[in-house]
Amino acid sequence: MNAVTAKKGFWGTVWEYLTTTDHKKIAHLYFIGGGFFFVLGGIEALLIRIQLMKAENDFLAAQTFNEMFTMHGTTMIFLAATPLLFAFMNAVVPLQIGARDVAFPFLNALGFWLFFFGGIFLNLSWFFGQVPDAGWTSYASLSMDSSGHGIDFYLIGLQIAGFGTLMSGINFIATIVTMRAPGMSFMRMPMFTWTTFVASGLILFAFPPLTISIFLLMFDRLFGSQFFNVSMGGNTIIWEHLFWIFGHPEVYILILPAFGLFSEIIPTFSRKRLFGYSSMVFATFLIGFLGFMVWAHHMFTVGLGNVANALFAVATMAIAVPTGIKIFNWLFTMWGGSLKITVPMLYALGFIPSFVIGGVTGIMQAVAPLDYQLHDTYFIVAHFHYTIVGGVVFALLAATHFYWPKMFGRMLNERLGYWTFVFFFVGFHMTFFIQHFLGLWGMPRRVYTFLGGQGLDLGNFISSLGAFFMAIGAVILVVNIVLTTVKGKKVTVNDPWGDGRTMDWAISSPPPVYNFKQIPLVRDYDAWWYEKMKGNKELPPSEPLQDIHMPNGSIIPIFISLGLFIAGFGAMYVPSNIVGDGSPWGVVVLVLGLALMFGSMLVRSLRDDLGYYIRKEELEDDVERGGKAI
Amino acid sequence: MSHIDLTGKFTIHNWPERPEIATQEGRNKLVGLWLFLGGETVLFATLFATYLALKNRVPDSSHPLTQDLYSLPLVFVMTAVLLTSSLTSVYAIHHMRNFNFKGTQLWFAITVLLGLTFLCLEIYEFYHYVTDYGHTFRSSAFGSAYYFLVGTHGAHVAFGLGWITALLIRNAKRGLNLYNAPKYYMASLYWHFIDVVWVFIFSVVYLMGMV
Repeated sequence: MNAVTAKKGFWGTVWEYLTTTDHKKIAHLYFIGGGFFFVLGGIEALLIRIQLMKAENDFLAAQTFNEMFTMHGTTMIFLAATPLLFAFMNAVVPLQIGARDVAFPFLNALGFWLFFFGGIFLNLSWFFGQVPDAGWTSYASLSMDSSGHGIDFYLIGLQIAGFGTLMSGINFIATIVTMRAPGMSFMRMPMFTWTTFVASGLILFAFPPLTISIFLLMFDRLFGSQFFNVSMGGNTIIWEHLFWIFGHPEVYILILPAFGLFSEIIPTFSRKRLFGYSSMVFATFLIGFLGFMVWAHHMFTVGLGNVANALFAVATMAIAVPTGIKIFNWLFTMWGGSLKITVPMLYALGFIPSFVIGGVTGIMQAVAPLDYQLHDTYFIVAHFHYTIVGGVVFALLAATHFYWPKMFGRMLNERLGYWTFVFFFVGFHMTFFIQHFLGLWGMPRRVYTFLGGQGLDLGNFISSLGAFFMAIGAVILVVNIVLTTVKGKKVTVNDPWGDGRTMDWAISSPPPVYNFKQIPLVRDYDAWWYEKMKGNKELPPSEPLQDIHMPNGSIIPIFISLGLFIAGFGAMYVPSNIVGDGSPWGVVVLVLGLALMFGSMLVRSLRDDLGYYIRKEELEDDVERGGKAI
Repeated sequence: MSHIDLTGKFTIHNWPERPEIATQEGRNKLVGLWLFLGGETVLFATLFATYLALKNRVPDSSHPLTQDLYSLPLVFVMTAVLLTSSLTSVYAIHHMRNFNFKGTQLWFAITVLLGLTFLCLEIYEFYHYVTDYGHTFRSSAFGSAYYFLVGTHGAHVAFGLGWITALLIRNAKRGLNLYNAPKYYMASLYWHFIDVVWVFIFSVVYLMGMV
């Protein structure tokens, strides 16, 4: 295998992506996979809003509506937002720390394929006509009662995808701990690397409770256990606790990398060092830590008692402090900077007020007595969409424009980018701002229709209209991507924005397979900016030019994931399942699937996988052909 | 990174003092495995929490409770066997660091045998509960939680046995080198972790079940 003479042709490319262990290609896969599910979740959102456009609408049946909001939430959280963030983490983090790849390239590929097969498994429920319908939280008291296999699709799909996420989390921490270039001390790391680090820590400690809670429900539904069967001594509140012990950190897993992305974008286009770097790092850790201390604020109305509610209320309010630190740091970064309003910067400017609104409504809900009023109303829906869309999705859209040249070697069209922003920003506020009031006026969430003449008609109509604005924005983005890919101009410089600060902007766009010809020496925070200010055209190397060790590609990750995917179908149709349509063949398929998974793992373990070397001479040839030295 | 001959032949003289972290891959694996064990700790913590919440929660008084079920002599033997297997894996790693391949293989083989003994005793224990007491995975929430916690530990033991056995077989002809030394080390680290979890199961499930 030779890195420089890449295979040609369509099937060659497909094979390359199926077997790749290169973090940059895996980033592409995550982007495409996450993007696909984002569109899917978006369509589901549109259908929800069409149903709620007018009073007593019959566009969707009640059952379909339940399925729609369940799948919308689940898809957006697990299959769109998380993978899209992983796309940017994969694309950028190794470059930002001066590494040639992640610590475990094979595991990286496995993480992607598990996510992919998990997502497909979940969405196959549409084709089976048995769709999850108990909300993305799938509370046991509701989901144990759900007929058909919908909940099983939810459980097994998320279990498979969750394993992948957990692996990627471990991989990123190990990468950041062990693979940093000489001179890249922890307190010189770019903020996106820092937030990836902390978010990966949250993944590591938050996903195991999800794994277990899913197993509990899975065993109850498929294998006849009694965890949630109250008449047999079970307790359904266990699910709520475990789910939120995972679920609350999960929202920080999403928002912290989003904060990191904006912490890269804002200094770049303010042409100014990030204000209060060390307090940013501290705030990131504090948010991550407190994220584990607040889960019961989702359960104020369960009846845990006043003491528990008071403790969790105070802990929740405390999170506003580190978040406030961050908001002010971004403002102070821009203060006195030489602002350049590019598309990513526009999103950053839109993000700050939007997210502050989401934060403030969060503090309102932290007040437990008020939460009794707000619980399960559209106020909650408005709140978390202001944080997730106003925070995470804005960050993803900003990063899509910001890192597109680094990932794909072309600049997205700026004019279309502005239009996307305008439609999305306006649509977003139209959709969700009014929902605060709908909630306060008494509209409960998760109901498929409402009565006319109750003062809810106009608000819902405005909200639905806004959803279409967002959809138009998304369509313009897709058009932009297609146009750019077909006839966009290739980026020839390393630093297409001209103001890059971190090391990812010091190498070609897209980078060569080995990233850095020589591992760079990091001499300051914002390493690339520092060298530019010194008048240097390249990063100083920390090693002589020598052969580069690279990991081999492998098809085994797909087989491991496929094995688990097959086993999932087997598990769903075991004879003891709650639906009653199981057969002994279910057990056979389950065993065969697990055999495929463990067999593939064994094949991987029994062989020596030593990687390959890119020779020094080939690297020198690369320079002569116009490649960059670093 | 200069060439490191991962599968090259070594002698006792040029064998590094810490072969498991002599390479970048080895160091990555060490960090990665510790992280994985961190996640596993939370996983078992969740299982313990579930068990404690559902301990002795049965549908009616005809169902056996912890005091009726657990027999400490058997659990004591199981504990002794598993703790000893941890010790033998330490010997194996000691020999690996001294470039004694035969010693490594032998002590790991003994570890596997002890682990297998533990697993057989556990299966006997489960069988005993099911046939003599009607205490099953499906009979009560207590039963579900008990078998899920202890069974997950047992599954980890079984996986570890498969892991170490695969290592013993794959390396039988290869001998020790810098490619497989980290593999041995990681397996032993995992094995110690399984042991530590058992210590907690012994205390939280069995000892606390007697009072």
